[in-house]
This record gives sequence, C-alpha cells and structure tokens, in this order.
Amino acid sequence: MNAAGFPILSLITWLPLVGGLVIMCVRGDEATVASNARWTALWTSLIVLALSLVLWVQFDPQEPGFQFVENVPWLPEFHVGYRMGVDGISVLFVLLSTVLTPICILSAWEAIQTRVREFMLAFLILETMMVGMFCALDFVVFYMFFEGVLIPMYLIIGVWGGPRRVYAAVKFFLYTLTGSVLMLLALIAMWLYAGTTDIETLLHTTFPVGMQTWLFLALFASFAVKVPMWPVHTWLPDAHVEAPTAGSVILAGVLLKMGAYGFIRFSIPMLPQAAQSFAPFIFTLSVVAVIYTSLVALAQTDMKKLIAYSSVAHMGVVTIGLFTFNVQGINGALFQMLSHGIVSGALFLGVGVVYDRIHSRDIDRYGGLADRMPGYAFVFMLFTMASVGLPGTAGFVGEFLVILGALQVNFWLALLGGMGMILGAAYMLYLYRRVIFGRLTKQDLMGILDLSPREWAVFVPLIVLTMWMGIYPSSFTSFFDASVGAMVQHHAQAMADTVKLAAGTTH
Amino acid sequence: MIYALAVFAPLVGALIAGLLGKVIGDRGAMGASLLGMIVAAICGPVAFFHLIVGGGEPGVIDLGTWMEAGKFHVSWALRYDTLSAVMVAMVSFVSMLIHVYSIGYMAHDATRWRFFAYLSLFTFAMLMLVTADNLVQLFFGWEGVGLCSYLLIGYWYDRPSACAAAIKAFVVNRVADLPFAVGLALIFFKFGSLEFAGIFPAVADHAADTYALFGHTWSAIEVIGFLLFIGAMGKSAQLGLHVWLPDAMEGPTPVSSLIHAATMVTAGVFLMARMSPLMEYAPYALGFVTFIGASTALFAATVGCTQTDIKRVIAYSTCSQLGYMFTAVGVGVYQAAIFHLITHAFFKALLFMAAGSVIHAMSDEQDMRKMGGLWKLIPWTYGIMWVGNLALAGVFPFAGYYSKDAIVSGAYAAHSGIGMYGFICTVLAAFLTAFYSWRLLIMTFHGKPRADRHVMEHVHESPWVMIGPLLVLSVGALIAGFSLHDWFIGEEWPEFWRGAIYNGAHNHVLHDIELVPFWVEMSPTVVGLLGIAVAYLMYMVNPLIPVRLAQMFPAVYRFLLNKWYFDELYNAIFVQPAIRLARMLWQTGDATLIDGVPNGLAALTADGSRQAVRIQTGSLAVYAFVMLIGVVVLVGIFMLFR
Repeated sequence: MNAAGFPILSLITWLPLVGGLVIMCVRGDEATVASNARWTALWTSLIVLALSLVLWVQFDPQEPGFQFVENVPWLPEFHVGYRMGVDGISVLFVLLSTVLTPICILSAWEAIQTRVREFMLAFLILETMMVGMFCALDFVVFYMFFEGVLIPMYLIIGVWGGPRRVYAAVKFFLYTLTGSVLMLLALIAMWLYAGTTDIETLLHTTFPVGMQTWLFLALFASFAVKVPMWPVHTWLPDAHVEAPTAGSVILAGVLLKMGAYGFIRFSIPMLPQAAQSFAPFIFTLSVVAVIYTSLVALAQTDMKKLIAYSSVAHMGVVTIGLFTFNVQGINGALFQMLSHGIVSGALFLGVGVVYDRIHSRDIDRYGGLADRMPGYAFVFMLFTMASVGLPGTAGFVGEFLVILGALQVNFWLALLGGMGMILGAAYMLYLYRRVIFGRLTKQDLMGILDLSPREWAVFVPLIVLTMWMGIYPSSFTSFFDASVGAMVQHHAQAMADTVKLAAGTTH
Repeated sequence: MIYALAVFAPLVGALIAGLLGKVIGDRGAMGASLLGMIVAAICGPVAFFHLIVGGGEPGVIDLGTWMEAGKFHVSWALRYDTLSAVMVAMVSFVSMLIHVYSIGYMAHDATRWRFFAYLSLFTFAMLMLVTADNLVQLFFGWEGVGLCSYLLIGYWYDRPSACAAAIKAFVVNRVADLPFAVGLALIFFKFGSLEFAGIFPAVADHAADTYALFGHTWSAIEVIGFLLFIGAMGKSAQLGLHVWLPDAMEGPTPVSSLIHAATMVTAGVFLMARMSPLMEYAPYALGFVTFIGASTALFAATVGCTQTDIKRVIAYSTCSQLGYMFTAVGVGVYQAAIFHLITHAFFKALLFMAAGSVIHAMSDEQDMRKMGGLWKLIPWTYGIMWVGNLALAGVFPFAGYYSKDAIVSGAYAAHSGIGMYGFICTVLAAFLTAFYSWRLLIMTFHGKPRADRHVMEHVHESPWVMIGPLLVLSVGALIAGFSLHDWFIGEEWPEFWRGAIYNGAHNHVLHDIELVPFWVEMSPTVVGLLGIAVAYLMYMVNPLIPVRLAQMFPAVYRFLLNKWYFDELYNAIFVQPAIRLARMLWQTGDATLIDGVPNGLAALTADGSRQAVRIQTGSLAVYAFVMLIGVVVLVGIFMLFR
C-alpha cells in the first residue's frame, strides 16, 4: 500500500477525532470530566505526534513526488476520490500541526477552567482538520478540511475568548468564509475543465491562460485572507487578542500557513502563467504588509496585538518568497512558514504565561519582570531574537533565503522586503524593554512567580526546535529541496512554453 | 584543532556560566567563564605563531553543513589564514585580560554570572566572525556580537538610559545590516556562491559585470562594495551611523573596552580587509570608504574635544581611530588598517580600562569636571593612562606611532585627490587626538580636586586583579608597534600575509609608503606634539582659555558639544515621523479605513434588514393595500407598454 505498510496518513488525520469521541463519552462530576478530558486529549495528541514521527523517519526526501498515497473511490461518477498523500512541501506542515497540538493542550491545562471537555474536543477536531488539509490530494477533500478548520476555531474564539470574543469570532468567520465561496467557484470551474478534482492530475493540467487569470483571482481571494495579506489582515489582530492562548498559538502557528500552503499547492504550480503575471501585484501587497504592519506593531499597547501584527509582516516575507519562483525564494518561504509557526507560537505562549498570572495583556501593566522571572526573561529573549531573525535561530534562515531569492527578481524587492529586519528589531526590542526590562515598581508584580515545570515543558521543545532549525536547517530544507526543485523546473518549463507559443502565433 | 579550541572554549564557558550560573553561583560561573577564556588565550596566539613562524599551513576546518537551497550552500567552517589567525590571537588575548579585569570591576555586582556569560558569548561570536570561511557565517558572528553588545549595554536594565542605548545600538546596526544582507544576496546572484573560495577566484571574471539600479547601469562589483561598506559603517560607527557608539557607554566599563574599542567595532575594518580581493575591483567604493573614514576621523575628533564624560571622550576617540583604519582601507593599504586595528586594540582597551579604574576610584563618577588632582592618589592608573595616551597620540616609540604613521603616509602615497583629502583630515585629526587626550589627562589627574571631600576621601587605587591586566596591555601598547611593524607592513609583509589580503596589480601604495617625503612622515608626530602643547597651555597653564574660547564662539562650542546635532536630526527626520506614521497607519489606516469596509457592510446589512423588518407590520389591511397598489402599478405598466 505505501512505505509505512498501513494508511498512516488517515490514521494521523482521524485519530484525534477518535480521541474526541472518547472525551465525549466521559461521565462523572465536573472535576473528573475535566481531568479525564485533559489527559485523554494529551495522550491522543502525543500518540498522533509519535505516528507523525514515523512519517518523518520513513519519508524519502530524495523523491519529489507524493508519498504514502492512499486512494479510495468516493464519488466515482464525479471522479472525486478520498485521496491522501504528502510530498516534501506538505510533510513538515503535518509535523508542525502535530507538534503544536500537544503543546497547546499542555498550555491550556490550567488556563481553561470552564467547559474543559468541549475545549479539548474542539482542539482535537481542529487537529484532524489541519492534518487532513495538509494531506489531502483531492481538491474536494482539501476544500472540506480547509473550511472545516473554521468551525472549531470559531468556537474556540467565541466561547473561551476575551470580552470582545463574539465580534472577533464573527469577523474571523465572515472574512475567511467570503474568500472560500470564491474558492468553491474555482474548484467547480477546474473540475468542469479537467473532469476530476485529483490534485496530481490538476498539477499536470494546463489551463488556458485566460481562464487562469479568473481561477487565480478566485483562489487568491480565499488564500490571501488566510495568510493574511494586506489589506485583508485586520481580522487577525482581533482574533488573536480575543482568542485564548492555545487558540492564538494554533492560529499563528498553523492556520496562518494554510493560505500560503494554498498558494504553493494550487495557485503557483497549477496556474503558472497567471501566477507569473500577478507576481508584481503580490510583491507590492507583501512589501506594503512588511512595512505597514511592522510600523503598526510599533504603536501597539497590547502584547498580543503587537505579535499578531508582527505575524502579518512575517507572512509578507513568505508571500514574497513564494512568488520569486526560484529555489532560494520558495525554500526560504517554506522555512519561514515553519519557523514562524514555532516562534510566533512560542511568543503567544510567552504572553499567555504572564496573562495567566496578572490577567492583562496591556504592555504598560508590566515592567521589570527580569528581576522576578529570570527564566521567563531568558525564554522571551530567545524567541524575541528568533523573531527578529538573528542568525543561529530559526528566524534567520527563512528570511535570508527569501532575500537571496528576492534579489534575483529585483533589488528593491529584496531591500524593501527586508525592512522587517530593522522594524522587527525596533518593535520587538521595544516590547521586551517595556515588559521585561526596567525597574519593578508595580505592587502586584512583586510576588509574580517564574516559569513552573509545566511551563518549562511547554517551552523546552520549542527552544530546541528553534535552535535546531537555526544551526542545522538542512535537516528541514532537505525535505522540501527536491519537491521545490521540481516545482521550480515545472514553472520555468511552463513559462518557456508560453514564450514559444507566443512566438509561434506571431510568425 | 587548537584553533577550533580557541573558538569554542569561550562558548563552553558562556553556556556553563549562563545556563548553570544560578546553580553553581557567581564564583563557579566566573571560574568557568575565565577558564574558557584562558584556554582560548593560550590556543589563539599559539595557533597564530604556528602559522607565522612554526611552519603551519593555511587551511579550512570544516564543521558541517549549515544551509542549503538549490545551488546555494554554506558550511560552518573555520578559516585558518594570517588575517583570521591574527584576529583570533588578538581577540582571545585581549578578551581574556578583560575577563580578569572584570572580576575586580564587577566585584560588587549582584548577577555576575550573567555578566560573564554575556562576555564569553560575545567573545565566541567575535571569534566566529573573524574565522568565517563564508559571508553568511561572518554575518552570524556579526549579528551575534550585535546581540551580545545589546545585552551588555543594557546589562543594568533597570536604568532607562541603558535600555534606550541598548535598543539604539541594535537598531542602528540593523539599519546597516539590511544593505549588508542585500549585498550578500547580490554576491550570490552574481557569483553563485557566498563561500570565499567561490568568490575570490571569480572576481576578475566578473569585473565587467553590470547591475542596473536607479535607472543607471553600474559595475556590479562597485554596487556590492558600497553595500558591504554600508554594513561596515554601522558596525564600526562611521559618520552617519556612529550615533549608537557614544550612548553605548551606558554599559559597564569592561564592556566598553571589549566591545567598543578592541573587538566589535573593528569588525567593519576586518570585513573590508577580508573582502580585499573584491574591493580592489571597486575603486569608487574604495574612494567612498576613504571619504567616510577620513571625515569620521576628523568629525569624531572635534566632538571629542568638548565632551566632559571621560568614557564618551574615549568613545569618540575610538570612532575617530576607526576612521583612520577606513582611510587606509580606501587607499588600498589594508595591511596598515589591520596593523592599526591591532595596536589600537591594545591601547584603546587600556585607555577604557584605565578610565574604568578612575571611575572605580571616584565612586562611579564619570564627569571630568568633577575630577582633578588624582595623580598622587592613584599613581598606577595615572602612569598607565600616560602610556595609553602616548600610544594613542602616536608618540615614538609607542604602538600608535607606527600604525598611524603608516596610515597618514599611505593616504599621501596614494597620490589621488581622495587620498589627499584623507591625508589632510588624518593629520588634522592627529592634532586634535593629542589635544583631547591630554585635555582628558590634565582634567582628570591634575589641578585642584573638584570632587567633594567625601568622594576624595574614598579615592583608592584599584585592586591588583584590575591593575595587572592593565600592565600587560601597557606593555602591548609600548611594544606592539615596533615588534609587529616588519611583519604587517615592513619588509616581510608578503611572507607574513601569504595572500590573505589581496592588493591589486596596480596597487603599490604599501611599497610607496617608504618613499614619502620626510615632512609627510613626520607630520603626525609634529602635530601630535603640538596638540599636547596646546592642551598643556589651555588646561594646565591657563585654564581660563577654554572658557573664554567657548564664550567667544558660542555657536561652534554648542555645535561640538551637541555632537553636531546628529541625534536631534535623526530624531526629527526618522524616529518621530516613524512613530507618528505608525499611529496614523494604525488608527486611520487599519481601524478606520480598512476595518471601515467590513464594519460598514455589516452595518449596512443590519440596517437594511431592520428596514425590511419594518415593512412586515402584520396588519392585513396594510398588506391588502400594498397588493392593491402593486396590481394598479402592474396593470398601469401593462396598459402603457402594450
């Protein structure tokens, strides 16, 4: 059947849902239910993580195509199938999802005290949806998972969120759904043209150039909101601010990657001509995102909002990299997606640590924490540095490769796209100074406690990953190098064909 | 092997001190950190002498792959050639002395483990920078020293001024690092590699490459040269990007001497020397280097003459001396630049730490206007300060005499317009250097004590753990000049450098230095002595002269005292507008305009449905009436258009 000998992708995808069903069956008084739900959720996510590590070990990085493919007929008359498989581009995002989920569950251990069972259930469903989306090899299956992610996330923000949670949740839902409707249209159009929704077939289908433009725009509407690209980014700060810590972590860590993943899975390889002609437009939006949102981050007074805006800026770097259509740029973009998943997730966890103690996200409420919380100061410094892209941490590799790729397109793209290096340092260090440095004067901070063992358990894996990705990034880039190489070649070929075609018609 | 040990021993020390500092206590952390440094300070010079006189061969120690993406590949590797080895020897040795000194200077600090961890980590980053075999690892060290300097400047994080200075240092450096990174990207674009072995042999083939920018076509190598130099300007605090260096004096004094005198700030000069095979093909970029370097040398010296904070005077002096080094780079005598870099490391670390000894004696007072009359009370420090000043002013036979002389003569021997500009600026700066050095010496040690009695009663000589390293450095400041001269720029330079620094085929400046007229050779010494004399006259013989001068030219005095108003200028044109723009983009851009569309749509929908709801009154009579109207209208239309 495949390299693992059993349908490992389906197992990873659906096992969390099974765990969720188990949680639903738990009976007893509230404390028992909560405790059982927590432990069940943690164990389920850990088993899923272990399974995904099998996937990581067994995956053959030399092979550019899809691996561990599963193919079950579903709606044969419409040529729609339940197809699963991963290639070098998607496999690491499966791992990113399965790594962050147990960390989130652990971080919500004490922070979530109401409706614990439902919270854990929502989280496990979310994991199923995320993993399924990255594994899907059929556009219909992809679409269902892609939209399915919305529901548990909507609930996590809307039920366990802060004071303005309903506004934020509705905004989040409406923004992302509006784009999705257009993606559905694109899906139907592609199905009508190609006769199937199999992604592998679609990858080798050449759509007419005129049709590509419309398909690209329709997909763009959906993916750009998810990334989020400027100017459709404003749902993100609101969603982050209101979401509980675990929700913010998964939102920044994985959900933001869905848009960029959509670009690299659909828009770029399936619609090469349209992608090429829209690239300047994407670059413009991305550069504006980098500079604009970095400046806005500088003015924030709310810790979570600041980090949310920094996410938009970092994702701007990703979209620049993706549309450079060269190996360095796309590799850099993928790496930046992974590192941003880890680092911004960790930063939100860092905010969660003090929020759990003081119940405020206001930067002015803090100051001088280094005195009482040296461990926390260290962790926060490390992730601050990773966020500003210090070499030796995860943040540098992606950003640098994108600059390498961008310069091959245009000097100003590299320079302006790299502005995040300066502005990012400004807003992150300014944040750090106001929260951690300074004199400890506020009364209620005098007794604040440093990280607990549970919190260390949350941070240590992320620290290890951040340093590992920074010092030995080849163990990650080697996974997607072959797939990206094939993709870049495919794109160059498609562009060459267009030129030939154009030359043929004029003569 | 020994070489790798020299690089990694400080890292081990830093990790032990930093991660276990709370467990093993201050003494344990200091011990671990110091032990790492002693190992490095033995291995570094041993590796250097092995290469120079022990028959060692240059090479590369490969440690493994770092980054890969398509044809892009860089490794973690240690380059072993004269340029790297000489830097490793100097950095490890001076850094070890500063660690020792810190034991005394930081004796009363609460978190010494943190301080020593930062110091050792800094040393490691600096060693990675100078041993890099590719530009990306160099960038790793480059940013690593940036991080450590941020941490060390902000070491006393409860002081707002220290936090502000730390952020300023990091961000200003980042401003320069962005063009640097883009320059690396351009090198990769043109050469297909960022490893030195892939770049240097290919430069000649790419000499004719062009790159379009600002609607013009430029030589690609020139563009690269400019971009790299902008990076160097930030790290080495050259005119325009120097603003962070004086503020960085907020850090503890050993930090100032380690980072802001001996090592980090010289990274830019090192970069230029390392990239000499490329820079030699970028004559315009080199001209720009000399222009900025010479201007900085003069500018910083003028500011140094009016500052009253003892550390700030030395900071501006550093800035000025770095300008000398860039002047040498720009006229093509990289060897002289590195020579001055090494001698400067000795005497400037010495000066900073002697100033630290004064501050220590004066109960943390840094203002020279509140000093005076100290020379009998702290004679060792006084004597050491003399040695440092003599070396800085370039008095024979101290170290600065040889290296500064080479730079001034080199600028003259370049026989170009920009070289002459460099010559004039550096000679003038040499006068000012001697002047402000003796101004500092006299204000601090001579005249009547201006501190209050309480402070003066406490004045005491520093402990031996602080004086010891200073004595070692004093010896260096005395002998480094004549003992290294022949190797670096004298008869033996080709055998010494063994191609680690490249001079173009038409670049004979190093040779021509020997041929400059006698008056050129003597000019720095003469103006230096003149500067000393003027300072003696103004501050020793008749202290009213400076006061009267300041009254006669108030505008000039204020201009210099306020450091040419660079901070105010940058605040007005960069910082404030950025903050205003940030608020505007947030409040107007995001909250009003962008969110206005969905919120407006939502409001419109809600409003519309509210109106629609009102139509459904539930009254049958109204419904019937509306239906009737509808029928009438329909029939009317039907009749009209039939």
